[in-house]
Amino acid sequence: MDLAFTPEEVAFREEARAWLLAHVPAAPLPSLETAEGFAAHRAWEAELATERWSAVDWPTEYGGRDAGLVRWLLFEEEYYAAGAPGRVNQNGISLLAPTLFDHGTQEQRTRVLPPMARGEVVWAQAWSEPEAGSDLASLRSKAVRTDGGWLLSGQKTWSSRAAFADRAFGLFRSDPDAPKPHQGLTYLMFDLRAPGVTVRPIARLDGKPAFAELFLDEVFVPDADVIGEPGQGWRIAMAATGNERGLTLRSPGRYLAAANRLHALWREQGSPGGTKARVADALIGARAYQLFTWTAASRFLDGESLGPESSLNKVFWSEYDIALTETALDLLGAEGESADTDWSERYVFALAGPLYAGTNEIQRDIIAERLLGLPKGRR
Amino acid sequence: MRLVLDREQRAFADSLEALLTGADTPSVVREWSRGEHGSGRALWVRLAAAGVFALAAPEEYDGVGVRPVELAVAFMALGRHAVPGPLVETVTAAVLLPTPDLVKRLVSGEDMATVAYDSPYALDGDAADLRLVLTPDGLHRATGHGPVRPSLDPARRLTALAPDELLTATPPIEQALLLARLTTAAQALGVGLALLDRTVCYVKQRTQFGAPIGVFQAVKHQLADAKIALEFAGPLVYAAALTLDPADVAAAKVTACEAAYATARTALQLHGAIGYTAEYDLSLWLTKARALRTAWGSPEQCRDTVLSGDRRW
Ligand SMILES: Cc1cc2nc3c(=O)[nH]c(=O)nc-3n(C[C@H](O)[C@H](O)[C@H](O)COP(=O)(O)OP(=O)(O)OC[C@H]3O[C@@H](n4cnc5c(N)ncnc54)[C@H](O)[C@@H]3O)c2cc1C
Repeated sequence: MDLAFTPEEVAFREEARAWLLAHVPAAPLPSLETAEGFAAHRAWEAELATERWSAVDWPTEYGGRDAGLVRWLLFEEEYYAAGAPGRVNQNGISLLAPTLFDHGTQEQRTRVLPPMARGEVVWAQAWSEPEAGSDLASLRSKAVRTDGGWLLSGQKTWSSRAAFADRAFGLFRSDPDAPKPHQGLTYLMFDLRAPGVTVRPIARLDGKPAFAELFLDEVFVPDADVIGEPGQGWRIAMAATGNERGLTLRSPGRYLAAANRLHALWREQGSPGGTKARVADALIGARAYQLFTWTAASRFLDGESLGPESSLNKVFWSEYDIALTETALDLLGAEGESADTDWSERYVFALAGPLYAGTNEIQRDIIAERLLGLPKGRR
Repeated sequence: MRLVLDREQRAFADSLEALLTGADTPSVVREWSRGEHGSGRALWVRLAAAGVFALAAPEEYDGVGVRPVELAVAFMALGRHAVPGPLVETVTAAVLLPTPDLVKRLVSGEDMATVAYDSPYALDGDAADLRLVLTPDGLHRATGHGPVRPSLDPARRLTALAPDELLTATPPIEQALLLARLTTAAQALGVGLALLDRTVCYVKQRTQFGAPIGVFQAVKHQLADAKIALEFAGPLVYAAALTLDPADVAAAKVTACEAAYATARTALQLHGAIGYTAEYDLSLWLTKARALRTAWGSPEQCRDTVLSGDRRW
């Protein structure tokens, strides 16, 4: 057992730190939930990609650095410590890319990944539907066979950043007669600007318009854009949810950076006693999440698969993020009400954490049943 | 970076686990709580033979050098089995003492030690062979002990000590206190894990409304929260053992103790009334979770340590 990094890992970390120091925009970019901010974030992704920092763990042939899990974690720590912008393509990078590595074709990887790394194609996740949230397998949007591909129809909703994104990936019912709801689903990629697609922005709590619902009316998708076997969509999509809940979407780096900033804010405010325990707990929580992640990474590198353990992460980071940002707003006092600070934007985003990526109620069920072995209940 | 136990450490954990599983610790605890120390002492000697106290002493004193990770492993097992006695204190004493023959007796399990520091009470002064008091002047021996006061945890017997003969003016206080805090954290984590295990078993067996109560979400979700809290405390304890950085150790202590205590509350709630009875073994862990919370650094003191200094994680 040790906490030491190899000389290569340390060198990688220093290289990343130096690059970020030289390139991170001096002023924060406008919110990526707005059209203007979206464009600025795309440009930032492109800049990251010039020296292959946008997806460091990918193989070099797709624009990565083949960095592996540990160096990726170190990169993320440096990234957030440097105050670098949020990642506009995180759905693509953390959800679609791992799926393509595991289940895609070589042709799909070569076609999809490099423009994703450069921010030229930004991806939205089109899973949820108005009648299919927690009970995702009840989804009704359908994919109907046609010459050389599929026709998609139906409605998707709550799709993050879809108002400005280019393409989307989602699950569609391709066999309405399958005996169980999670059978007969196919996982497909489609163009958000294809004929038959209508994107309607839905303002979030803070009024920002990047969230959207999608109406699909016989949208053509070629066979080349089916991920894995038709009918196997559920299995393939579920393999990716571990990424969403676990490490890759929410690396410890962002929480370490936020906790250190909160600590600094607390000191600037004269170390008020009333919030002391909450500030200490924010620091400890970030450290706990970092170490938990390193434990998981160690086990992963030993060849263990992590599976339902990612539900532990999901509940932890989502509740942690709210506690942290609430503490910051309380510390800011009257300023905490203003909606145009870093902290307030972060707070509004944090509020959604217990909802998306599988609600925390669903995660607690998974923890209880699959990690503690309690009897399965009605879902 | 490898934040998981290696093969030897796992083997050590397994061997202690096997020893303790066979030791019928609940009856040992109950006797200890009545002031009958025979079975506790016998177990103590076996723990010493398994190497537990050698992990806190240098080789020239019959130890293996201070091994914080292995100490954490050991104390998790001790907590899991609710082993009574001045365990943390004996380890702390082994680090503090300048005299080889006294340390050797601790390593072999012949002697138990207790230490009073920053508190009116030392644990189990009535059972200890060696009673120590840490003051600003140094490390003192205490000859006798005050009357035994009960703790919220009946297995912890509180005794006042008066400093007497000065053993050394310059004991390694800082290192000893870090190890005391670390081993208390590990012990608390073990207590929490035992409470969770026992409660998971219970809710699978106890039926109400025609179903095991573990099928109900209100029950499941409380246990899921306990699992999350304990799972995130574990790596803090191991990292603290690796770095022995005061902020890491304080973070481990407050997190492990709060997780164990919250699990105790959940365990009691989910057991219903049977959990509230002293005769049911769950009580042995319930009360310990509360007592360890303030031993060797209250949550407040630990949080202060985390916030002090300029360390960034
Ligand atoms: C900010 C944000 C971004 C999102 N981004 C995307 C995206 O990019 N792509 C996408 O596809 N989706 C996205 N979502 C949607 C998200 O995945 C869903 O909101 C989520 O799955 C929950 O579904 P729902 O909102 O329909 O709630 P419901 O399923 O209707 O649940 C409502 C409440 O009931 C509880 N509940 C439901 N069933 C059970 C049960 N069996 N046991 C206990 N409690 C239960 C839930 O936990 C919740 O508290 C996003 C959501 C938000 C808020």
